[in-house]
Amino acid sequence: MKISYYPGCTLKTKAKNLDRAAIASLTALGVEVTEIDRWNCCGAVHSLTADDLIHQVGPVRNLIRAKEQGAKKLVTLCSMCYNTLARANRIMKTDEVKRATINRFMTEEIDYAGEVEVVHFLTFLQEEIGWEAVKEKVKVPLTGLAVAPYYGCTLQRPADVGIEPFGSYSLMTGLLEALGATVVPFNAADKCCGSYQVLGSPAGENSAGAAILNLAAGAGIEALATSCPLCEYNLGKQQQLMLEKGRIAKNIPTYYFTQLLAVALGLDSAVCHFELNTRISVDLLKDKNCLAAA
Amino acid sequence: MCETNEKSSKKTPRVATGDRAILPEGAKTIPVYIMGKQYEVPETLTIMKAMEFAGFKFLRGAGCRGGICGACPTVYRMAGDYKLHFGLACQTVVEANMYLAQIPFFPANRASYSIEEIGGLPEAIHALYPELFRCVACNQCTKACPMDVDVLGYISALKQGNIEKAARLSFDCIQCGLCASRCMGEIPQYHAAQLARRVYGRYILPHAEHLKARVKDIEAGKYHTMLNDLSAMSKEELEKIYVERERQPDFAEIGWQPKETRYL
Repeated sequence: MKISYYPGCTLKTKAKNLDRAAIASLTALGVEVTEIDRWNCCGAVHSLTADDLIHQVGPVRNLIRAKEQGAKKLVTLCSMCYNTLARANRIMKTDEVKRATINRFMTEEIDYAGEVEVVHFLTFLQEEIGWEAVKEKVKVPLTGLAVAPYYGCTLQRPADVGIEPFGSYSLMTGLLEALGATVVPFNAADKCCGSYQVLGSPAGENSAGAAILNLAAGAGIEALATSCPLCEYNLGKQQQLMLEKGRIAKNIPTYYFTQLLAVALGLDSAVCHFELNTRISVDLLKDKNCLAAA
Repeated sequence: MCETNEKSSKKTPRVATGDRAILPEGAKTIPVYIMGKQYEVPETLTIMKAMEFAGFKFLRGAGCRGGICGACPTVYRMAGDYKLHFGLACQTVVEANMYLAQIPFFPANRASYSIEEIGGLPEAIHALYPELFRCVACNQCTKACPMDVDVLGYISALKQGNIEKAARLSFDCIQCGLCASRCMGEIPQYHAAQLARRVYGRYILPHAEHLKARVKDIEAGKYHTMLNDLSAMSKEELEKIYVERERQPDFAEIGWQPKETRYL
């Protein structure tokens, strides 16, 4: 099976561990991943204003690239990229006036009307491969790892581009269970990590993020799985500072779900680029004997 | 449109005028607008020659006249159409009812840096040009490029941390600045691309070993004696050794060596 893949800028730099683990895993699952050969920023940073059509031009241009290459579906990983591409696609598909304006502006491109379907990696895994098939390929089950899916804001909001209904976490739950982990229900799975608001606060003073980590610790959760580089930054990379400032009581290692997938498939941990996570993330997997012998 | 032009040019062949101020018989003129004022200029001239024909004198804003120095970027529009077009004045032939504007210089931000100090990571480029992240992918830069460079492509590559890709995509850039003149993010694309090519050359592209060895030889003074000897010679002596010099035959075998090997 072949898929066209849109990675996003962060996944090429700070979140290689999200991207590489995913690609390696899909390859191991027999899927041929082709990154679309021309792409630009998904538009996440600038497309959050409703009537600001120029900011839809970036994401639409990526969808046009996919359409030009004959892709019916475009798979992407990062929650922000998914959200931005899917919202731009919804505009092009459903809003005639905005579609016409954007097409008229982009005279150098072919017209676009939402022909490509934007699919999140989790949806793709569930629909095209299925949890049973994933389970069969697991070589190092994540037995005894008490993990919770952490969706953050952009996988489910707004509802008409969400990967599943608000309040439901069945996709990541299904995946983590297939990998052999113990999925713990988590009532803060859709709370905001602090997003870009953290830029305005002193380091480690992210109360939104701290609340999530404290709730997780209280629920007996050992690790959080996410698909968003911003969530990973706020909850993972900034965690030690929150601990030092007394904002949180205990470390909770964070992972991209693709890293847990790759680990369970028994792939070389090098593809997971754990050096981009914090030390505690590797330690926990070692404690649980979840890392395949190198 | 193109077809009609072809047909009409078949009917009445164009007469080239060259630099002549008095036009040869049969030469046709067309109206163009320079700074909003109409001038009649010969139809076969480039924009630059046509402006000179109309009486303008280029002190700046003209350089190589060969389409490579980037000094004569021009924005133009055809009467009756909203669309803007971009070209080099020394390369683009005038058309009837062109509205012309020269943009010989654009005040784009150019960062100062020492290539030896900044290092070869994308973050160095991001730090010197943080405005890269103001790109909204509108693609006006690419549309404005008279060299058909994929400007949005290399700006995207820089944001993605791919310096090599940015260096390669921007290779044909002549630094004219039209991209920056169109950018709503006020990004100095061409300066960022030049930095990318410099970083690529300095830190990423493998360095040639034989060049290092040769530079070492030169710095160690291997050729000093030879050059000093030449400098000390009279004109007659120089002519003599030039005439008597040993040349490599035109179809020399591989591995050919001169008799005199002192300087190799």
